[in-house]
Amino acid sequence: MIDIRKLKELVRLMTTSELTELDLRDKDEQVTIRRASPQVAPQIIHHAAPAVHHVPAAAPAAPAAAAAAPAAPAAPAEDAGLVAIESPMVGTFYASPSPDKPHFVTAGGQVGPNSVVCLVEAMKIFNEIKAERSGTIVKVLVQSGQAVEFGQPLFMIKPS
Amino acid sequence: MFKRVLIANRGEIALRIIRSCRELGVETVCVYSSADKGGPWLEQADRAICIGPGPSKESYLKIERIIAAAEVSHADAIHPGYGFLSENSHFAEVCRASGFEFIGPSPEAMHALGDKVNCKKLARKTGTPVFPGTEDAIEDIDEAVKVAAEIKYPVIVKARAGGGGRGMRIARNEAELRAGIESARQEAAAAFGDGGVYVEKFLENARHFEVQTIGDKHGHAVHLYERDCSSQRRHQKLVEEAPAPGVDPKKRDKVCESAAALIREAKYSGAATVEFLMDRHQDFYMLEVNTRVQVEHPVTEMITGVDIVKTGIRVAAGEELPFTQKDIHVNGHAIEVRINAEDPDRNFMPQAGLIETYSAPGGPGVRLDSHARAGYRIPPNYDSMIGKLIVHAPDRETCIERLKGALREFRIGPVKTTIPLHLKVLDLPDFRKATHDIHFVERWLKETAPKS
Repeated sequence: MIDIRKLKELVRLMTTSELTELDLRDKDEQVTIRRASPQVAPQIIHHAAPAVHHVPAAAPAAPAAAAAAPAAPAAPAEDAGLVAIESPMVGTFYASPSPDKPHFVTAGGQVGPNSVVCLVEAMKIFNEIKAERSGTIVKVLVQSGQAVEFGQPLFMIKPS
Repeated sequence: MFKRVLIANRGEIALRIIRSCRELGVETVCVYSSADKGGPWLEQADRAICIGPGPSKESYLKIERIIAAAEVSHADAIHPGYGFLSENSHFAEVCRASGFEFIGPSPEAMHALGDKVNCKKLARKTGTPVFPGTEDAIEDIDEAVKVAAEIKYPVIVKARAGGGGRGMRIARNEAELRAGIESARQEAAAAFGDGGVYVEKFLENARHFEVQTIGDKHGHAVHLYERDCSSQRRHQKLVEEAPAPGVDPKKRDKVCESAAALIREAKYSGAATVEFLMDRHQDFYMLEVNTRVQVEHPVTEMITGVDIVKTGIRVAAGEELPFTQKDIHVNGHAIEVRINAEDPDRNFMPQAGLIETYSAPGGPGVRLDSHARAGYRIPPNYDSMIGKLIVHAPDRETCIERLKGALREFRIGPVKTTIPLHLKVLDLPDFRKATHDIHFVERWLKETAPKS
């Protein structure tokens, strides 16, 4: 039984690191902690019954998970070779020029340095954010209406 | 009362504001630069928003980014702290125009008191004592001599465009004044391309005497007595204490009341400090008004029991001052020292980097306002103050001893701090006997500097 202290420790690890997902299993239980966006606290999804087989690398107690965690999560491994397009300002993110128009970019789309990838609105002014580099959009990390801060990753791009 | 306050500042003052908001049941949003990422005070805010890179002009001074942060966090008021944009009337205007209450005075009141010429005019109206002298550059030397006779020697001739001590001449009599104006004019013209000079009363052995005031939006203004900040180095305060030692009570009450009258006349709401120089005869001359909460506000809080930051938030929210002048009493003595990450033995070279040891003092009457802790990495981008140590005791002697004890308990390393310097200053005879003036620290530093 994964006890409450270990769960608290795992949540603390998530909050103080940049992990977006932590998956912990032992033979009785599986715990997945996933972070939806930087503003939202990590959510804990707790499965009582064993859903999958024992995964040795992710195995046991909190201290080992602490050591294993940086290597374990799937997100950073997938991000190898990708670069983030970060917000240069604080404001509200919009994925399209207006609600009825299509998004500026979607996953799989090609961009050049001057391609507008989104709008960030502040003080009633809509600022066009450019890609600043050429490549393929791999991930869209935020959604329209979401508040973004300086330096916050908006897209993951595979540079060409 | 506000639901959510955005704090447009950093470090110890951000933490101070968070603490007051917490007690008022107000949520806090703190902006930060990427150089301040992981700053210990940010953990205490309900939310923290990164607004820019390290350099202040790209972050803490960027008005549109601060407003944007207030928008996305749905704050209803903005607290500017001290420094940064706290005395920027344009920022106060933009806050209000954008729908956020600015926790401080109205732009009009800020302008009335922040501008030295306007302020002096108002001060003359309220009987707040000002520096006598010529208003503008001297055209006619005979006129200047007449003014000097009125304001009494010694006087100082100063270059209008001047700085760095150049274009200045002290004159103790008419002959020196005439000669001084001539040579100051020449020096000013050569150094600054502008020979304009003016004459002002020169105070020898002056003490820095500032009066804390607070006003509300309903026309009330109260003074919270004074602080003596004569221990300075390069115009930066090192030690601040309250009350000012050895001052005649009637003279003190009169000047403190005149400071409150000035704030009232300007329809000023929030905390303001009226700064004076006090001469040997205990006459006062106003230097300027600081239209914000000040670094050394805790000293006044200790002797009056008034929470200045909390009261400032209350009056900004439209509440009346919860006390009148007759409710304010001085209790005991308080002294504050600024703990700066500087090496006093290396010309006060600022220290950035990791604090490994941080062991705070404690005990009765010991207060520490600091955002630092073990494991905190001091960024190089901002001023070097990492905390304020404030001590309260029933009388000045006990207060000094208590503060020395607290400084000895305080361990910070490996970064160098001004803790050893403060221990020495507190033992200087001039300080103990309260015969010090605003230059005494610099004189002592010069006398004790290693001869190279």
